[in-house]
Amino acid sequence: MTKLTARNVNVFYGDAHALKQVNLDIRQNEVTALIGPSGCGKSTFLRCLNRMNDLIEACRVEGNICLDGEDIYDPAVDLVYLRARIGMVFQKPNPFPKSVYDNVAYGPKIHGLASSRAEMDDIVTSSLERAGLFEEVKDRLGAPATGLSGGQQQRLCIARAIAVCPEIILMDEPCSALDPIATARIEALIDELKQNFTIVIVTHSMQQAARVSQRTAFFHLGDLVEVGDTDTVFTKPVDPRTESYISGHIG
Amino acid sequence: MIDRQSSPSETILASLPRRRRAEARFRIYGIAAIGIALAFLILLISAIGTQGIGAISQTEIALDVTLDESVLGLSDARDRETLSKANYRAVIRAALGDVFPEAVSARRDRRALMKLVSVGAGFELRNLVLEDPGLVGGTMRVWVPADDEVDMLMKGATARDSGRFSDKQLGWLDQLEEEGRIRSAFNWRFFTSGDSREPELAGILGAIAGSFFALITCLVLSFPLGVMTAIYLEEFAPRNRWTDLIEININNLAAVPSIVFGLLGLAIFLGFMGLTRSAPLVGGMVLALMTLPTVIIATRASLRAVPPSIREAAIGLGASRMQAMLHHTLPLAMPGIMTGTIIGMAQALGESAPLIMIGMVAFIVDMPQGLLDPASALPVQIYIWADSPERAFAEKTAAAIIVLLAFLIIMNLTAVILRRRFERRW
Ligand SMILES: Nc1ncnc2c1ncn2[C@@H]1O[C@H](COP(=O)(O)OP(=O)(O)OP(=O)(O)O)[C@@H](O)[C@H]1O
Ligand SMILES: [Mg+2]
Repeated sequence: MTKLTARNVNVFYGDAHALKQVNLDIRQNEVTALIGPSGCGKSTFLRCLNRMNDLIEACRVEGNICLDGEDIYDPAVDLVYLRARIGMVFQKPNPFPKSVYDNVAYGPKIHGLASSRAEMDDIVTSSLERAGLFEEVKDRLGAPATGLSGGQQQRLCIARAIAVCPEIILMDEPCSALDPIATARIEALIDELKQNFTIVIVTHSMQQAARVSQRTAFFHLGDLVEVGDTDTVFTKPVDPRTESYISGHIG
Repeated sequence: MIDRQSSPSETILASLPRRRRAEARFRIYGIAAIGIALAFLILLISAIGTQGIGAISQTEIALDVTLDESVLGLSDARDRETLSKANYRAVIRAALGDVFPEAVSARRDRRALMKLVSVGAGFELRNLVLEDPGLVGGTMRVWVPADDEVDMLMKGATARDSGRFSDKQLGWLDQLEEEGRIRSAFNWRFFTSGDSREPELAGILGAIAGSFFALITCLVLSFPLGVMTAIYLEEFAPRNRWTDLIEININNLAAVPSIVFGLLGLAIFLGFMGLTRSAPLVGGMVLALMTLPTVIIATRASLRAVPPSIREAAIGLGASRMQAMLHHTLPLAMPGIMTGTIIGMAQALGESAPLIMIGMVAFIVDMPQGLLDPASALPVQIYIWADSPERAFAEKTAAAIIVLLAFLIIMNLTAVILRRRFERRW
């Protein structure tokens, strides 16, 4: 089932044309990987999906992006509700300079998802458990989150995103700052999360895309060159540009 | 290809001594600059310090006063009203007469004798009696303040042969000293009373209270207004020609001479709105105009210094812009905002020109009790005293400067400590 559809999406930064006529479907309970050389517009596309581009003054988005058939760029759309439904994990871990607990509890708190302290404790604990972090931090939930290691911080950011129970999680190179062990943990986590969430992940690692995703989209210089099942894209790419990128020639 | 005489590493090696010399030279310039600045600072502080230290003590004269009803001019009534109207000066005069019986006969001598003690002696005696009316009828020894000229003489600031004292007066003073009736005591009056025409009675508490009320007004007005303006400009305002214009204007206002704000306050707050002259409320309003740009600029800088990733994280979770600001950016910027505000307040505390314009320069003896009572302010008090002819005011001026500097140091130190305490590393 299609969760998100992008039709004829064009993005401009001032006069620079960053994304050109992108058409892409993102299916429910699947992991979609966005790959491509640096500067091709992967992050730009990802940020279009939860309208984080609104924060960039020079950025202009054209075209249609629909979530469950409803245009998310409709002026009537409530951004708070939209971003509660589409969560985001950033490339660089960005925990709030607060305690581990407060980091995870912040989303549920502003959306009023917990009616009591006990319920909040539940949400925090289960989110941390699902992010595979609970065992490591259960004794220091009150300690500042900035004191965690980079990998722990990134998993905390994932826990923070899933605490709001979004339908879609957008991840922008979530493992770029992590060592192989932490990366493996997050990949396992993504695999598990797709039972309940729809995931879009930007990655520079071909292997990672192959390991975690069901579908892969290849971007090049602002064009969406090719999209298809991950297996097909990696074994029988249609476009020569895709072929040379995955074999290590572009980028 | 360029033909090289020597290899790159040799070139680098050869340039090292020159670079090291340049660095050493630069360090010496730096140390010299700091040294000169420090020398001037020490010069300034020691000059003011040596002058002002005298104001800490005050010469006092011991008198054995007899609170005789007839001398006081009291009948049977002992209520506050009558007690406060009684003639305490006569009691002082009688007590002096007891010490120098030979001086009582001639009118001129009596006058010269009375000149040795402060006119405030009577008031202090009155306050004692008002506190304990049972003293009436009794005899006791009180230490009353000496006149400022006597004080100067005792402190060695005026010479005996300066012509300010007659030989008779000098003789009396010598006798008082021999009898142990002269002492140098801690000058509590300086810290507990308002202004006075008599240097020995003048204090700075009135000016401190005036400054306090004005600063409170200034803080209450400029902090919320400034912070809200800065938040709006940073977070919500569109970037266009209008906001550019506002920005330029704010930066300009920060550089406008303070007297201009004083004139503005005079025209608008007093002339147009008809508020009270000399009131700390108006002074605070004028100072707020002056402090506002400082607060706005400091707040915007601190808001901008918060990493955008924090704000993005909050917004990505579905926080509104307002929530991201109030829950994350603003608290993280708060130490910087407070530092900026305190520095703005310190500037306002040292400001005299705008306060003079709105009449806070009047001679005010009574302690201001509220925002609307006429008052002066610390820097204005310094200006008034520095302008007074009496020699004894010179040391009061210096002492008031020390008090002002102390307040400034405390405020700036608080700013530094706040910054250290709450500084965060991301
Ligand atoms: N805030 C911005 N203002 C102006 N141009 C931008 C901005 N962000 C991105 N761009 C431009 O848009 C294009 C796409 O950038 P984007 O960040 O989407 O690339 P990316 O595929 O995520 O690259 P990377 O893999 O290095 O993260 C680039 O040419 C970039 O210079
Ligand atoms: Mg990117």
